[in-house]
Amino acid sequence: MVYHPYSNSLHSVDYKAYLVIKNKYEELSPQETADFSALDEGDVKEIESEIAELEKEGLIGIDRTFPYKKSQVVKALCLHVCHDCNLKCSYCFAKEGTYNTARDYMTEEVAKAAIDFLIAKSGSRKNLEIDFFGGEPLMNMSVVRFAVEYGKAAAKEKGKELSFTMTTNALLLNDENIDFLNREMDNVVISIDGREEVHNRVRKTRNGLNAYSHILDAARKFRAVRGDKRYYIRGTFTSYNLDFASDVLALADAGFDQISVEPVVLPADNPMSITSDKVGQVLKEYDKLAEAYIDRRQNGKWFNFFHFMIDLEEGPCIMKRLSGCSAGCGYLAISPIGDIYPCHQFVGEKSYRIGSVLDGSFNPAVQEEFSEITVNNKARCENCFAKYYCSGGCVAASHYYEKDLLTPYAAGCDMMRKRLECSLGIYAVEKKYREKR
Amino acid sequence: MKHISTIAKTERKSDIMGCGECQSSCQSACKTSCTVGNQTCKQEERINNTGKKETL
Repeated sequence: MVYHPYSNSLHSVDYKAYLVIKNKYEELSPQETADFSALDEGDVKEIESEIAELEKEGLIGIDRTFPYKKSQVVKALCLHVCHDCNLKCSYCFAKEGTYNTARDYMTEEVAKAAIDFLIAKSGSRKNLEIDFFGGEPLMNMSVVRFAVEYGKAAAKEKGKELSFTMTTNALLLNDENIDFLNREMDNVVISIDGREEVHNRVRKTRNGLNAYSHILDAARKFRAVRGDKRYYIRGTFTSYNLDFASDVLALADAGFDQISVEPVVLPADNPMSITSDKVGQVLKEYDKLAEAYIDRRQNGKWFNFFHFMIDLEEGPCIMKRLSGCSAGCGYLAISPIGDIYPCHQFVGEKSYRIGSVLDGSFNPAVQEEFSEITVNNKARCENCFAKYYCSGGCVAASHYYEKDLLTPYAAGCDMMRKRLECSLGIYAVEKKYREKR
Repeated sequence: MKHISTIAKTERKSDIMGCGECQSSCQSACKTSCTVGNQTCKQEERINNTGKKETL
């Protein structure tokens, strides 16, 4: 297969065409060079004419670039409604929910000021978002309820649409909360790591207890009332479970059909870290998962794995592809005491504090710096085929692990490319399958 | 074409810069909308429906 990132087009090619295309746009390996030299001249001419046709349509060829700078209009806020958590996950980047700060809880005053800030900074943008995050947001439900009620009224007054999302560990997911989340949240992410032993090893309660069964029951209950509305089960894999495909399948077997299991991001000296020597095993596991995924989806056990989702016909516009998450620009995080940061992973990093929704301070220099963080400005991305899907990766990972906002996290790049490769393969297989039916 | 067949191509013109109304994403996937490939376009709701069961 040949994938053209710029036009988002995927082509099935024979080996001869592969050689001619690779020779034209990239470099052939020594074996490929020998094979290329042995090609029949007529075949080469025929293939070159096919390539010329595709080039005319813009479906193959050298990528163009767009001069682009992110907009500084704010469209989404992550509200850290509490810096406290009832779990003590060993890999938590938020340090048990505290982000190396106090165990603060957001007040209604801060929530109101944050929503007012979002609306005031949103310019002509109509669709706005609030994500409830923590720590564990269910530990401060009164403020979540207040923010939803106030946010809806404030947005309506200004002609905006405000959607709400939440990421929760489900420990406090009782009937009342389930009803509220199902009604008010546009999307809900529930954190479960997969197999019971995997989950319990790293996601213990604050007092060291196993909570898997309780969480699974609560998540299933939520799933049952959720119907077709959006939710995800979101797991993390570490070096302890490099066989994470089994965790994805365990979640599917547990009755969930929307699943996302992500690699942990930790410093290399942490025993749970996915260090470069382990990346090879992770890549093989994605291949294994892709095979099981295709098989299950075609045989009555359909589920959706977040990182195998790809829409080649109707994918995101080029602006979205270039800008990615918009951290520090369109997307900002608000700490429980009202401080503004570029994203949830920067909360507590004093040098990246942008201002405060309470006193109205706002340092535009940080937003200016982040507005230049696009895939176009990242040297490592220049020739990467995945660049319009990962948009240069996570800025926080670049900051913490590469010490440079414009240098993508290397191990993350390898995994991203593999996931995209799997997605393209799955797409092609499933398209053929649909056509046959 | 004899040697190359196009499996998929985007219907949307690649050079349209977009309206910016789409949902924010999270590249480290801690959040509800993670990688760019999963985005839903507010202007055209049919975009990115690959997570729905009827796809197959």
